[in-house]
Amino acid sequence: MMRVSGSGRIEPAALSAVWIREWTVFLYYWRTRTFAAVVEPVIMLVAFGLGFGRLVSHIGGIPYIQFVGTGAVATAVLFSAVFSAMFDSLYKRRYQRVYDAMLAAPVDVDELVTGEVLFLGVRAGVYGLAPLLVAFLFGLPPAPAMVLVPLVGALTGIGFAALGMLFAASATTFDDLSYVISGVITPLFLVAGTFFPLQRLPDWLRTFALFNPLYHCVELIRHCAFGLRPGADLVHMAALVAFGLMAWWLAVWRTRGRLIV
Amino acid sequence: MSSLSLTFSRPVDAPAPPDGPAVSMRGVVKRFASVVAVNGLELEVPTGVCYGLLGPNGAGKSTAMRILTGQAHADAGSIEVLGYRLPAESKLARARMGVCPQESNLDVDLRVRDVLSVFARLYRVPSCERAAAVERALALAGLESRALDRAVTLSGGMQRRLLIGRALIHKPDLVLLDEPTVGLDPQVRQELWSLILALRDEGATVLMSTHYIEEAERLADRVAIVSAGRVVAEGLPADLVRAHAGREVVDVRGSASELAALQRQAQAAGLPTRPSGPALTYLRAETLDGQVPDGVRRSPTLEDVFVSLTGDYVE
Repeated sequence: MMRVSGSGRIEPAALSAVWIREWTVFLYYWRTRTFAAVVEPVIMLVAFGLGFGRLVSHIGGIPYIQFVGTGAVATAVLFSAVFSAMFDSLYKRRYQRVYDAMLAAPVDVDELVTGEVLFLGVRAGVYGLAPLLVAFLFGLPPAPAMVLVPLVGALTGIGFAALGMLFAASATTFDDLSYVISGVITPLFLVAGTFFPLQRLPDWLRTFALFNPLYHCVELIRHCAFGLRPGADLVHMAALVAFGLMAWWLAVWRTRGRLIV
Repeated sequence: MSSLSLTFSRPVDAPAPPDGPAVSMRGVVKRFASVVAVNGLELEVPTGVCYGLLGPNGAGKSTAMRILTGQAHADAGSIEVLGYRLPAESKLARARMGVCPQESNLDVDLRVRDVLSVFARLYRVPSCERAAAVERALALAGLESRALDRAVTLSGGMQRRLLIGRALIHKPDLVLLDEPTVGLDPQVRQELWSLILALRDEGATVLMSTHYIEEAERLADRVAIVSAGRVVAEGLPADLVRAHAGREVVDVRGSASELAALQRQAQAAGLPTRPSGPALTYLRAETLDGQVPDGVRRSPTLEDVFVSLTGDYVE
């Protein structure tokens, strides 16, 4: 006999059902999705590392290819989480209408969003390992704290997946997402310290970076690789948690507005 | 095409159907900006019947269905489904409700079996019963031989059957069917009708919206005729026909101008008529001795009732 609680509570059974749906769909497309999510950051790593690395040997005492390698982890997390959330969510809501089918079952909007965001976040954490493994090939020395990298990636991925769902819920067509990609995602990607340090940027850009969740992710991953800084890392972690919670809340609010009329 | 299996039974440990009506809507209003989609809807669906919500496109039937699934919130009125008050207890109601929408919302890229398996989880079918539930839904939909095919490769009729199988995966007490046979060929429609009747015979309450008169006449134990967001007549189909169209009607054929003239005369004389394509139909002809022109006498239908009440033509 099924047990269902009234609305207003996020139930593990509903979350796991949403999660299983995502996993089932993922099993159909894991090759293409993994290829896109993994190969692009690795290409960036190799291109910047080998190309730009011949002009810049070290940054802050770190070989440039290793600097980029750790930055590419954050890039992989960002891209895999936010793009999947944006495009898949809009497709499911607007065109496939599978969200309508799911909400006709004992699943509420907050459970739907939470389940999808958690799945995409964890998947992003796993995908973020690919550039790290490539960086090992370029001489990045393994460090014990690197076991935290998937956790940092997942935490960041949850926030960006929620942000992607928020954008999807605000969009009417796929073309609308172009504004987000050019106007939001690209600046976040560039002003995060992934490919170059932020120290020599103008003050206003460095201030902007403080509000960029990807910057905090990059810093945490670099610290996992090159030495933890507990005080600073707690601040970075808190920033990512705050970002994730805010993005999740906004995604639930906006998605509910779209799906429940 | 394989024939549909008609075996459907409620799990023994499911809660008993409520003593009261399966669905109760009182004074329900739903507006979309300046459009009033549902305008004081009063509806009471008894438990264990097949109930037809009959009305033209745009009458508010689909909005009423969405209100019942909690996907639209009424601006006014009170709603109870299976004893649960909506929207506060919508989730509890949805757990015991199956929904087949008007437009497909299948995960079309998944294989048929996976579509059902995913929804078995979403509907909280216990893990030990899940495999059997999927097999039963496959049999209900007559799709055993297509279980490993992707849903996108199914014909329109098969996809509709899969939608119904998906809606029944958890043996719901209440099944909402929103225009279940729209766009389907007559053979598939007949099969789905058999399936719907089997559901009702097994004790499930079926609430079916349709704009097909024949569908409502064949399937529905009770009918509510909906127009402009409100119920304009409700009852047993035979009672509605008797009350609003009498025992006999007469179809008088003629040119458009002749029919227009006849209608003006009928209105002036206070005779009940309704337009029916190339004819003017005189209702309650048994009471109009000598006042009705020569024409074809026949038994009245639900369509006569609908058009006379709403002025809308339905299929």
